[in-house]
Amino acid sequence: MLERKVEAMRKVAIVAAASRQETKMLDTEVEMMIPLISEVKDKTGLDQTDIGFTCSGSSDFLAGQAFSFVMTLDAVGPVPPISESHVEMDGAWALYEAWVKFQMGVIDTALVYSYGKPSPGSLQDVLSTQLDPYYVAPLWPDAHAVAGLQARSLLEQGVVTAELLADCALRTGTVDSREEYFSQPMLSDPLREADCPTYADGGVAVILASEEKAEELCEKPAWITGIDHRIDAHQFGVRDLTTVPSARIAAQKAGVHDGPIDVAELHAAYTTHDFLLRKEMGLPEIPTHSQRSYPIKADTLMASGLLRIAEAARGIWEGEANRSLAHATAGPLLQQNLVCVLSGERN
Amino acid sequence: MTEIHVPPLLDGVEPVQSVRTPIRMEYTFTPGVAAQTYLREFGNKKILGNVSPVDGAILVPPRGADPRHGVLCEEFVEMPHTGHVGSYCVTNVPIPGRELDLPYISAWIFLDGADVGFLNLVAECPPEECRIGMRVEAVWKPDEEIATTAENILYWKPSGGPDIPFEEAGVRSWHARKKGGSNA
Amino acid sequence: MESNERLSAPLVLEYPFTRTTGPVIGAFMTGLRERIVLGIKRQDGSVLVPPTEYDPETSQPLTEMVEVGQTGEVVTWTWVQEPRDQSPWDSPHALAMIKLDGADTPLLHAVLVDDPTLLNTGDRVRIKWREETEGHIKDIEGFLPIGEEND
Repeated sequence: MLERKVEAMRKVAIVAAASRQETKMLDTEVEMMIPLISEVKDKTGLDQTDIGFTCSGSSDFLAGQAFSFVMTLDAVGPVPPISESHVEMDGAWALYEAWVKFQMGVIDTALVYSYGKPSPGSLQDVLSTQLDPYYVAPLWPDAHAVAGLQARSLLEQGVVTAELLADCALRTGTVDSREEYFSQPMLSDPLREADCPTYADGGVAVILASEEKAEELCEKPAWITGIDHRIDAHQFGVRDLTTVPSARIAAQKAGVHDGPIDVAELHAAYTTHDFLLRKEMGLPEIPTHSQRSYPIKADTLMASGLLRIAEAARGIWEGEANRSLAHATAGPLLQQNLVCVLSGERN
Repeated sequence: MTEIHVPPLLDGVEPVQSVRTPIRMEYTFTPGVAAQTYLREFGNKKILGNVSPVDGAILVPPRGADPRHGVLCEEFVEMPHTGHVGSYCVTNVPIPGRELDLPYISAWIFLDGADVGFLNLVAECPPEECRIGMRVEAVWKPDEEIATTAENILYWKPSGGPDIPFEEAGVRSWHARKKGGSNA
Repeated sequence: MESNERLSAPLVLEYPFTRTTGPVIGAFMTGLRERIVLGIKRQDGSVLVPPTEYDPETSQPLTEMVEVGQTGEVVTWTWVQEPRDQSPWDSPHALAMIKLDGADTPLLHAVLVDDPTLLNTGDRVRIKWREETEGHIKDIEGFLPIGEEND
């Protein structure tokens, strides 16, 4: 029964993407997003009035403004009134909401975008406020410290080794050699600076299209063959921080293991997260030559996940991959995970 | 509600029912490209508007975008310091943190030639005399206090002259203009 | 006015929240004020600390609160060299997950040692209470290694 339902799923493809990341951006969110949204509309020849559904992801605490997404709609052109929604989540979840709309059969095209501008505020304070407000947030632990707690469990329980973390840092480009890695002082012991993300302002916009429409809009659509998101418990104490069951299940449900993965785009802000995600999703511990793989160097909260999906789609468009995987995470310590598998082939 | 069993040690003690969890977020807010240009010229006692590349509509203050169409506005135009009241509200309750004599009038001010209004104060005008379409002019801070801040204009005062007809005042002006009407 | 320097202005948002606790978190906070620590029994008999009204994994309502020890073991930890402005601590300290005796889940708090070389996973620690307690997670000033008081 379930299998038949899956068969009946409507095929949806990513047909255009545009993105921008900079350490510190002068543009407002609107000024940043207009060129990106215009670019994906131009690539597909769609006007806002042609687009069935618009969905975005952003954070008010980052922007320092309540309901801040409403202002960013200036970048879309909501006149005449458009069908629109927003998630206080990474844009990857906005894409999921749009994907559900496609499954409802009510749209043929969607615009999905997300953005984050951490540079004007204190990102670590913003991240602290997502923690349990009674027991944890009043202690103001920063994200690196919380990641450090997890890292020590992983290292001391022998789940990962410092050498593997060094190699991940090397792949990511936060160090040039293992020696450099081991010479760095601890940032959040046992994490070094090279294990931790830097942050950037940025945004990303993508256009999705249904099977009826995608090939009109794009020479080689990147078909979503599977997408799923799962969540682990919120309280740190009840989670085994050396595992990420939500990522494992999301990968299974998205069909990661149904074929070879050529490109894996992981929203792994910490080297430990890259390792954990690889392990839980059944990817090689160290990416093989044939499987290009990207943990990220500069994290743009609210956009990094959707950016991974856009990059995985780019792998398909440019012929580099036939089948690619994109992952997005939200919440502390990989609490929520979204996995999306893209293919150059429709079936 | 389900009954919670607690150890006898807590029998009869005053229960805690709330906790204080204040948070403070500090930002160094930077205006965008358009707002920077606007504020710098505002510091020269000039008011800039953006011109929509789509239909030439004039948007004040400039935000770098025509929000109807989702397009960048890169052209600026200098605006006069006179306009009219598009709509207004007389308030009899104080605003915490702001000293204003009560009652005060807040209004949507439409500068001459502008297609959208902005919120500001109207003063030197008894509330019962304020009306939609009334012509107003800017009252600036003394020159030595002018800076790159939205606070340069203290308020707007009646400037005399014939009112804008009700049918063309405020947001009606936009629609009126589309129909071939005029806006002062 | 020809300066190319980027304009900027401070923006401070403050939210003076007072959160209601509900019966379970309220009892835990009452316990802290009275200088005891409470957990809550899960269906399998294990004890959740800090307690919640519902099992965070299964959402089953939980009702039986029990006192747990004021000593425990460091499950994992990290070092905070520069506490941030709003942190309750103003000097370097360890941040740790601590499993109290009688509890089955660890809670997050500080271990007050001067240097990261003085702490290891598995170390035994005890609560240091703040002089004035009011019913707040910060009533616990932090944890001290057991044995230090004998030094």
